[in-house]
Amino acid sequence: MSEKKLNQDQAEFQQYARDWLANNAPPPPPVRLPITAIEVMSVEQRDYLQDWQRKCYEAGLVGSDVPTDYGGGGNTGFQRIANQEMSRAGTPFLINVIGLSMAVPTILEHGTHEQKQKFVPGALSGEEIWCQGFSEPGAGSDMANQQTFAEKRGDEWVVNGHKVWTSLGHFAKWMILIARTSREHKYDGLTYFLCPIEGHEGVTVRPLVKMTGETGFNEVLFEDAVVPDTMRLDDVGKGWTVAMTTLTFERGAAEGAGGGGGDTVHPIEQLINLSRSSYRDGKRMADDPVIRDRIVQQAITNEGFRQTQKRARVPALVDHPMRIPLQGKVTITELIQSNARLGVDIAGAASTLYKLDEAAPDAGHWPLSYMNSYGNTIAAGTNEIQRNILGERVLGMAKSK
Amino acid sequence: MSEGIPAKNFGFGEDEQMLRDVARKFLDEKLPVQTLRDLVAKDPDAVYERGEPTRWDEGLWKQMVELGWTGLAVPEANGGLGFKLAGIVGLVEELGGHAAPTPLVATLNATYVLAACDGENASSALGQIADGATASLAVTDAKGSWDASACDVSAAPDGDGVVLSGTAYFVQDAAKAELFVTLAERGSELILCVVRSDTQGVSIARDHIHDLTRDQGRVVFDNVQVSGTDVVSEEAKSPLARAWASVLVTVSADLCGCAEWQLQATVEYAKNRKQFEHQLGFFQAVKHPLVNAMMEIDRARSLVYHAASCVDAGSDEAATASRMAKSAASDAGAFMSDRSVQLHGGIGFTWESDVHLFFKRSMHNQALYGDGSYQRRLLAETLIGPIEG
Repeated sequence: MSEKKLNQDQAEFQQYARDWLANNAPPPPPVRLPITAIEVMSVEQRDYLQDWQRKCYEAGLVGSDVPTDYGGGGNTGFQRIANQEMSRAGTPFLINVIGLSMAVPTILEHGTHEQKQKFVPGALSGEEIWCQGFSEPGAGSDMANQQTFAEKRGDEWVVNGHKVWTSLGHFAKWMILIARTSREHKYDGLTYFLCPIEGHEGVTVRPLVKMTGETGFNEVLFEDAVVPDTMRLDDVGKGWTVAMTTLTFERGAAEGAGGGGGDTVHPIEQLINLSRSSYRDGKRMADDPVIRDRIVQQAITNEGFRQTQKRARVPALVDHPMRIPLQGKVTITELIQSNARLGVDIAGAASTLYKLDEAAPDAGHWPLSYMNSYGNTIAAGTNEIQRNILGERVLGMAKSK
Repeated sequence: MSEGIPAKNFGFGEDEQMLRDVARKFLDEKLPVQTLRDLVAKDPDAVYERGEPTRWDEGLWKQMVELGWTGLAVPEANGGLGFKLAGIVGLVEELGGHAAPTPLVATLNATYVLAACDGENASSALGQIADGATASLAVTDAKGSWDASACDVSAAPDGDGVVLSGTAYFVQDAAKAELFVTLAERGSELILCVVRSDTQGVSIARDHIHDLTRDQGRVVFDNVQVSGTDVVSEEAKSPLARAWASVLVTVSADLCGCAEWQLQATVEYAKNRKQFEHQLGFFQAVKHPLVNAMMEIDRARSLVYHAASCVDAGSDEAATASRMAKSAASDAGAFMSDRSVQLHGGIGFTWESDVHLFFKRSMHNQALYGDGSYQRRLLAETLIGPIEG
């Protein structure tokens, strides 16, 4: 979307969104919320967040640009405004992040009318939570190496295999699933399914425990699980192409059907505040020249990211159409990681204190957030793979395989 | 332009794009890298051993003046075009991207300081610049203090005017400049005056610098008479402070242009050069650093346009944004320069390669008006507050 002034409808919507968010601030959560949607562990967290997404959806802040036939608002250019306003208001994140940012855009692009009607509204309201079944023990960065097999039997597919790192799998009703339907071709042997998860026969969801001690993601086992052919998305053998659509949205190159929220205090403000209350040998970290330099470096990197997102929408200042979009995943995940790492360093002795310790700065946020940050530098194609893609697709260097 | 709020497209609209495209076409045609080499790097001994002046193409400069480039930043009221800084950035990126030896950046920076002076006295100099005069800032002391809080030029009151004695250091393109915007100490005050380079008592002592694409020198003032009308500011700090964001932005834009050239040249090399039966770019030890450099350049470039749009909008953020831009551009320039030589391998280390022309221009720009860590030290004062205790 090229950057231009908001039209009148968009400006009115912006005002409406602002007013609605001001008047409908959610109640304080009954339990501690995780940092992002993919770390939601407990039913209490889920219920609270699902309730919030439903309210946002009913208010028109989610699915704003999705056609009305499929439960959306049918507008143009509203979603970005809604996302910005939710971020600005510092509201909780939307729990159905995979549904909104991956499943819905992919279904809208590749699905039949019936599939759109069946799957999109529940994803927007948050009533039906989605998870993603792309990663396998042997298919991480080499995503096309899928071993989960779907065999055609009449009008049905019988699925066997093993998916891992499945965020939200324990609450999910549906999964966007890539499975192998032919062993003849690596890429053209893949097919994309919209697969039932919750309570479905032959599907077992088991929580994986992360290095942080938190759950939130899972492994999913398929043992003769039956999926009707009506839940196949696009053609047999087109799975790789469809998955690329999903990943374009996942890696932040496109708008998605809803998002925003989740940020409260600006991360640099948090670091500065921390440096004012952290000491080394009796001296404030805010007065330590090395720490000051590192905080300012982070501030510059943060601001640079923000301004680069802005520049991506000024075609005259972009040399290659994918140059900025494909950087997004690497820069944001490493930015978050280095912010968290700096927080750990500033906290010093107190950085050893974890979630349960009452004296832990920011309730243990820094070590927790630092450890969690590896989820994002690894997921969605490791940052090493992203750098290959950037080097090859944007700079045109030889493929590293 | 809405007051205080930077434009959504950084103010980079059709006019700005046209200027940039004209500059790119002009420089691609007139100053391809081979022409630049022949001009500035024919003989390695000329500049570095025999101490000859760095060469530049005055004829090419005259064409730039005819294109109106010296008048771009001059306010309309003074006969210039009053072009937005965002547009100037596009032009200066091209200058950096061609490592063009011209006094344009020095002239632009002098223009910004003159335009920030209150009163009428600066208008004559601005008018001359709009008509094609070259200019440079002579505001730095022997210690290389970028904050212009002290200087080694004294101004003795003399009728309406002053008499200048002393030396201004690290003056950019001093040998090319016709006008010096000079910082001088009059009693306990710092003032700014305009001095023509051909004035009686003014002499230039050339610095022997590594950058082959510009010159730098000390401007020596030996009892130089300056009339009252050439004292452009009775109080130098405010105009310098007001103009400084623009000064940092132009140099940062030059750095970004330089770095982008280095990136593209190194990527080209990584595509063409084969070792171990593979193009160099196949190896991730080559590919990934180039991607990292690209991301650093992009960050810097975005911050430069942001800073320019803050200046254009009269935003309070301009000072902070411009220091962020200079920090990011200096660091991106340093990293890109480092990788450009290293990844070119043996050839990258030679005089024969083009890489060193940009490496040196970048290194000069990195130091100019303060490198990354200097900018961050000042930014910390604003963002975190002064050091206590």
